[in-house]
Amino acid sequence: MQAVRNFARTFFLTELLSGLWVTLRQFAFRPSITIQYPEEKTPQSPRFRGLHAQRRYANGQERCIACKLCEAVCPALAITIESDVAADGTRRTTRYDIDLFKCIYCGFCEEACPVDAIVETRIHEYHMENRGENIMTKDKLLAIGDRYEAMIAADKAADARYR
Amino acid sequence: MNTAPELIKTLLGFLPEPLQIVVWVVVVALMLFVTVIICMAMLTWAERRVIGYAHARIGPNRVGPQGLGQPFADVIKLMVKEIVIPSSSSKFLFLLAPLLALIPALAAWAVIPLWPGFVVADINAGVLYLLALSSAGVYGIILAGWATNSKYAFLGAMRGAAQMVAYEIAMGFAVVGVIMASGSLNLGDIIDGQRGSYLSQYWFWLFPLAVVYFIAGVAETNRAPFDVVEGESEIVAGSHVEYSGMAFALFFVAEYVNMIMISVLTSIFFFGGWLSPFEGYFGMGDTGLGAPGFHWLAIKVAFFLFCFLWFRATFPRYRYDQIMRLGWKVFIPLTLVWIVVECVLMIYKIGPWAA
Repeated sequence: MQAVRNFARTFFLTELLSGLWVTLRQFAFRPSITIQYPEEKTPQSPRFRGLHAQRRYANGQERCIACKLCEAVCPALAITIESDVAADGTRRTTRYDIDLFKCIYCGFCEEACPVDAIVETRIHEYHMENRGENIMTKDKLLAIGDRYEAMIAADKAADARYR
Repeated sequence: MNTAPELIKTLLGFLPEPLQIVVWVVVVALMLFVTVIICMAMLTWAERRVIGYAHARIGPNRVGPQGLGQPFADVIKLMVKEIVIPSSSSKFLFLLAPLLALIPALAAWAVIPLWPGFVVADINAGVLYLLALSSAGVYGIILAGWATNSKYAFLGAMRGAAQMVAYEIAMGFAVVGVIMASGSLNLGDIIDGQRGSYLSQYWFWLFPLAVVYFIAGVAETNRAPFDVVEGESEIVAGSHVEYSGMAFALFFVAEYVNMIMISVLTSIFFFGGWLSPFEGYFGMGDTGLGAPGFHWLAIKVAFFLFCFLWFRATFPRYRYDQIMRLGWKVFIPLTLVWIVVECVLMIYKIGPWAA
């Protein structure tokens, strides 16, 4: 009896027909899940770890105090810092380079920073066109921080209660 | 019906009689050729969209409205690509093979009645002509595999040859059933024999043959799930592994033209071609819905082409020995049994042969 049933099932292609129904159902009744990228984007968390930036205080003074905790914690050794005493007698970095090719975007530098100076923004659509552009210098980092300060501050505020 | 072919016939009235026919055939054949190629281009677009939606994707939608320009962009891409000829290949045969694949696919359209009263060549052995041409199509694949002088291409060609020969037989027997029912080898007469209603169309009494014919047609055109000829996971691209540019495009065109051909033939042999399915039902035979016309053929062909794409979106590829098993051990016995059943029906005058 089982053999007859199996034969009937094979002969009348029931398994194949149920497979056809699966694709037809998707074709006719269910929406596509494609995100049309440049026009549509997937939702992004405020914690998103993208391109780095250096922030300033509201009075324009840069936050970084050259404590080198980020350099120490960086697992990929992507950060290079040199420091000196600035004209106003404070301790400041003279060089703050992040090599984006080495960076693994783990966010440890951001967590290690005692003054919230180095942050990772939600910018992820960036590119380089020449050799050497992968080195984010202090000027470039500060420029990004100045430009996106509103977004960075909002993201930090949204995430603050979980920290 | 005042159609383009008839209009051309009147325009050519100034020519002497024999020349008139020759010029008419050439002009109409060219029109048919262009139409078929455009349909084929649209089919590649439809394939990618249909399969895309079946996979919860969207498919090409960037070039032109709804991505309709995509096939033309592809054509331009293929035209500017270099045709690489492998140094160890037989150059003449290598370049001849795509033509041998394409020419039978296009030549078959000569005997297809597209609407009442129109066929390019109204020959009495139309079915034989079609069987001959569909068998000739396999030469393109064998020659491509042989001339390329590569193991993968050769394996693909061997698979293709064995598969097409096996399914040719099942297909031939299915057509024998149709010929028995219609008593004619002329495609126009086969359609005329299905007049009445959708139950007098041959699919009803020859249902197993219709199913076998269409599935064997899918195998014959080397489409998924029977595309072991170009099984990507084993033999890269099979017989056309070394072809690029327009040489590859000719194989591509041949495959899609064959798909349309199989859909047209299934419509004609089993679903009444340009006859309306509502003919003689609910008093609709007198209204426009029951009138025969090209649109009915187009609807039927579109449905079968959708089935081709639907199968491709659904089924994984058959294993080679399973394809052979299905062809030789299932389809051929099934068609033979049903031909016997049909004989019994004819002898005892049951069903459509009652009168």
